[in-house]
Amino acid sequence: MTGLPMSPPPGRPKEGSLPLGGKARSAKGALIGPPPGRPKEGSLPLGGTARSAKGALMSPPPGRPKEGSLPLGGTARSAKGAPTSTLSVRVWRGGAEGAGGRFVTYKVPRVPAQTVLDVVTHIQRRIDATLAYRFACRVGMCGSCAMTVNGRARWTCRTHVQTVAGDGALEIAPLAHLPVIRDLVTDMGEFFDKWARAKGQFVPTATRHDDFATIAPASQERRAVDAAIECIGCGVCYASCDVVRWNPAYLGPAALNRAWTLVNDPRDGAHNQRLAAVAGDAGCHACHTHQSCTDRCPKQLSPTASIASLKRKAAFAAMTGAIQ
Amino acid sequence: MTPARRQSLLWLAQRGSAVVLALCVVVHVATMIVAVRGGLTAAEILGRTRGSVAWAAFYGLFVLGVAIHAPIGLRTILAEVRGGHARGIDAAMLAFAAGLLALGLRAIFAVTTGSAP
Repeated sequence: MTGLPMSPPPGRPKEGSLPLGGKARSAKGALIGPPPGRPKEGSLPLGGTARSAKGALMSPPPGRPKEGSLPLGGTARSAKGAPTSTLSVRVWRGGAEGAGGRFVTYKVPRVPAQTVLDVVTHIQRRIDATLAYRFACRVGMCGSCAMTVNGRARWTCRTHVQTVAGDGALEIAPLAHLPVIRDLVTDMGEFFDKWARAKGQFVPTATRHDDFATIAPASQERRAVDAAIECIGCGVCYASCDVVRWNPAYLGPAALNRAWTLVNDPRDGAHNQRLAAVAGDAGCHACHTHQSCTDRCPKQLSPTASIASLKRKAAFAAMTGAIQ
Repeated sequence: MTPARRQSLLWLAQRGSAVVLALCVVVHVATMIVAVRGGLTAAEILGRTRGSVAWAAFYGLFVLGVAIHAPIGLRTILAEVRGGHARGIDAAMLAFAAGLLALGLRAIFAVTTGSAP
């Protein structure tokens, strides 16, 4: 087998890439809510043409059920056309707590197979066009729609209302442990900066003149990478981590998980530097193994296991003098 | 020493001492239960421990494990409460470790020899 399929290099969302006053995209290309006074339905891709994370224009897939089954952007109605019941939805509006932010309650029609993202979209399309939130793919691929739903960080696009709001009440807030830009949009800058601080970039050792690296699929390193590589950087683990709450300098589960995949990549040339980067006061040893990250990872990864493995690897490196 | 190397070695020391403590605690508790249920008096117990090199070695290991394990854990707690590591915490923990070691070894000496150092 040639080459490890690595996730994209961590990139920090540019500061200016979240222009809340206009149509905006996050680092992942997610759309932010339209500015006040511009509730153009056609400007959002739901139900119409859409843009992928990379900005390419996409059409709805052929044969896809029409709006009625997934009422994104439209009035939520049952199969017979009438709203089935009403959800009481508390949505965080404004900036951070203490900076004018507060919960505002909306009434949203309840329909079958409704996701939390459907609810947020309904509010923005039908009730208050100034609501800012972030999403892109709607199918659990991009990781940009993560929010705090009834106190727990989740992907809103893959969370059905019926699983979290049995009593008809929803509370939707921005991800915890990240600065709130506005409403449900957080600044992911620090989250991705920590990926860079954990040396989450692949450092090549080969040149174009070298042959492809050969990595046995059954090798221990390859299996370790396989177990951790599917992270898409949604921030759910980071928002769920108690240690991040106590210690804002802590690198966090996602950055450490990323470092673990690279430590196991035999093509990488910065193993020791990476171990030194993740073993500091705010690194892997700060983890308390609460396992909230593992419990809540929508990709069913185990950052806890990656962090525990980093601890062992770093200890061995310290003993052998690889970490000075 | 860099923070990364220090943290890694401290982690190793804490895990290693935890293994020692797990063994020592089990042996200690089991011995206490057997001694008490067997009806041994304090004088009889002291009579068996006095001059016992094996007893002194076992509890010496126990005390050493405690003196390593507890300050490392407390160091982490203090750093989290304080919001970051500082030289003061490390110095205080070294003193705490020395205190635990001194008190523990003093007790072992007294029980083994029958006289206070």
